[in-house]
Amino acid sequence: MNGFFRYFLKRLALGILTVFVLATATFTALHLIPGDPLLSEKEQTPELRASLMKQYHLDQPPLVQYGYFLKDLSRGEFGISFTQPNRKVNDIIRDHFPVSATLGLLAISLAATGGILLGSFSALRRGQALDRATLFWVILGVSVPNFVIAACLQLAISELNQKTGTEWLPVGGWGSFHHRILPAIVLALGTQAFLTRLMRSSLLEVVHQDYVRTARAKGLSPLRIFFVHQLKNAVLPVLTYLGPSIASVTTGGFVVESVFAIPGLGRYFVQAIQQLDYTVILGLTVFYGSFLVLMVLAVDLLYGLVDPRISLEGRTR
Amino acid sequence: MMNLRGTGSTFLLVGMTLGFLSEGFLSAAEKAPSTQPAILRMVVASEPPQLNSLLATDQTSNFVLGHIGEGLTRIGARGQIEPGVAESWKNTPLRFTFRLRENARWNDGKRVTAPDFVHAWRAVVDPATQSTTAFLMAPLKNAEAISKKLLAPNTLGVRALDDRTLEVELERPCAYFLGLTAASTYFPIREDALKKWGTRYGSDAELLITNGPFTLTTWVHGASLALKKNPQYWNASQVRLDGIETAAITTDLGAKFNFFKAGKTDLIEQLGRENLPLALREGFRMRAFNDGGIYFLQFNFREGRVTRNFHLRKAIALALDLEAYVQRVNGIPGTPVAHGLVPSWVPGASGRFREEFPRPAPRQDLSEAKRHLELARAELGGTIPTLHWLTTDSALAVREAEHVQTVLDRALGLKIRIDSQIFKQRLAKSKAGQFDLVSATWGPDYLDPLTFVELLKSDHGANRGKYSSPAVDEALREAQSETQAPRRMAALARAEKLGLDDVAYIPTIEKNIIWVTRPELKGVIRHQLSPDPDFSRARFEP
Repeated sequence: MNGFFRYFLKRLALGILTVFVLATATFTALHLIPGDPLLSEKEQTPELRASLMKQYHLDQPPLVQYGYFLKDLSRGEFGISFTQPNRKVNDIIRDHFPVSATLGLLAISLAATGGILLGSFSALRRGQALDRATLFWVILGVSVPNFVIAACLQLAISELNQKTGTEWLPVGGWGSFHHRILPAIVLALGTQAFLTRLMRSSLLEVVHQDYVRTARAKGLSPLRIFFVHQLKNAVLPVLTYLGPSIASVTTGGFVVESVFAIPGLGRYFVQAIQQLDYTVILGLTVFYGSFLVLMVLAVDLLYGLVDPRISLEGRTR
Repeated sequence: MMNLRGTGSTFLLVGMTLGFLSEGFLSAAEKAPSTQPAILRMVVASEPPQLNSLLATDQTSNFVLGHIGEGLTRIGARGQIEPGVAESWKNTPLRFTFRLRENARWNDGKRVTAPDFVHAWRAVVDPATQSTTAFLMAPLKNAEAISKKLLAPNTLGVRALDDRTLEVELERPCAYFLGLTAASTYFPIREDALKKWGTRYGSDAELLITNGPFTLTTWVHGASLALKKNPQYWNASQVRLDGIETAAITTDLGAKFNFFKAGKTDLIEQLGRENLPLALREGFRMRAFNDGGIYFLQFNFREGRVTRNFHLRKAIALALDLEAYVQRVNGIPGTPVAHGLVPSWVPGASGRFREEFPRPAPRQDLSEAKRHLELARAELGGTIPTLHWLTTDSALAVREAEHVQTVLDRALGLKIRIDSQIFKQRLAKSKAGQFDLVSATWGPDYLDPLTFVELLKSDHGANRGKYSSPAVDEALREAQSETQAPRRMAALARAEKLGLDDVAYIPTIEKNIIWVTRPELKGVIRHQLSPDPDFSRARFEP
């Protein structure tokens, strides 16, 4: 257990270092881009501009600004948004991340269940019609961008609602569970398609292993062979991919959020980039980065539970 | 492909000229239950950054503020100035005296008084407030000196003679001052509320006290806003809606369309060009609206730029076919080609400025363009380098750049390098003068041709090319000090003509939008200035 703890600490330290490098790189990049967050189409008087610059420390040399940024960061503070001057970046995250997260978790569970099921079926029915249909579905899911699917699905559902006079599936907005279904499906599709492919190829490798033949020879039921001997061994690559994809689905749904008018975090990120809102860009980048690092770490720790052969302690002993 | 699109547009145009489309096909609306309270539902493009009228600059904030607040005057359905909190006024060129209504009230029941205005206006010009709309107060006496910290805010040319009398002193005659008092920057504010909530004032529905036809009741950040009719409003009997709700916040034009189609909203205040054919097929009730803005190309006049050469600018202007530009770039049928810097809707001395001072429609003339290009070549020493075209990264901007690139290459053999940047970077580069041509738009700040003609002034902030002409500046100075409307307008027209004869700018099109409402929704007013759309007189009629 001591080794596990040491491994955990080492990974955590590496994670913090990663986030720090990310923050520094983003900070540098932002200050190299021409323009600043205070620019506006309407002319500002020099006095007004100076006063705003002072408020946000923009009148200081970049290195001093970096110091302020690090000081805030160490306290978990990301500062005040430039475009919404009475909201802190922390408020924005607190208000809107839960929305993205609920949607993302729903999407990822859809993607994982769908991917594992479809992948398994198509591997077990390799070369048959079901396999080919799945393959077609996978290619569609991987290659059609989600905003196209989102717009088409929204149009189709609005047509359906119009025809049937119901509104069981709302075309957008946020509120009840019903609001989450369509966007979650759209968000899930790409990941689901990828996971299907991953699951299929991984299962195909396992199907012909010796231990599967042994299990069959022992006279075990096909169901038991599938769940205990095949699935458990084949699911590992899917798990590996799940970590980063949880992060990307919970954070990267901007287009979907925009099409379905969902008050998620993605919209603020994109708006911030367009408006060069330094504090929001930095805050959200660091937040997303930390989230991704945590997810990858969580998956690595999960490995040990799924496959006891993987030793987290490495060769430290 | 091109042909097909052409036919579609023509069809649409015909449809619109025939007095808009028939209203019988709208099954979604028929199914929408006619609920008892008249609630108008819409989608807004963005979240208001805050609803403090001293600081609001963006369109959504001004839209909301225009419904929950009211200034001394308001802008009526045809752009006329109507009494608001002020029931009457009298004025000399330099002094306005407003008489406030006795029954103008805040939504907590207290009277709206003259000191509420004095307090708000002083706060706007006070540099400590950091209001980016303080420039709208410039006509007031001492406003500019206060914003430069040369004078104290209490020296501003506004005072309360008593609770119901507000006296305003101007720095110099200002023909459009009365219209300015309708803008949210000129709204009154409650000193006690501002003191109590400080910088949080206007950041939430509970942190506001307002005096308009509606009251903000709910504000879920990023998701929705709900406005309810304000029973305390002095003219509440004329407000026919019980409330306004935003079903969602999104910039996605396709989503707006689908929300309307699904019966979740009552209007689409701007239809995307991709959705025009769909809307036509659905039989939606469409109307065109001149949004007030103008699109133009700006040349760089800084030292060392080839665009300083008059013949080069003239050649480019003559090579453009703006009718084709409307078709290919903008794609919104009915979009007018700009005849000058001042769009067609702007009021003049008695009618429309553009009718009082007409300018010929710009025409493509390739042989003339080539002649000017030769002259330019000769003056520039034989060759013309690739021109640097600065623009934003929107689909429209890129389409425009590519269209002009093709046209100039084919017609004149001129090469253009397209530099497409996100909004803030384009702004930074255009301010720094890193371009030969920059594509830009301008919207009105107040109801007067000056808000457009001013772009030619050598020290104007949006004159990114640093065009400078003593004759234009002189004509503008004359217009600023002239109090007789016809003479003032003539001076403005002269400035505009001088600048455009110089080809300082190439105005391209006036912004035209197509909007859609449910057939039973009546009385929606569209304004070129905020608040737009205006629902203060809207109603549902079966």
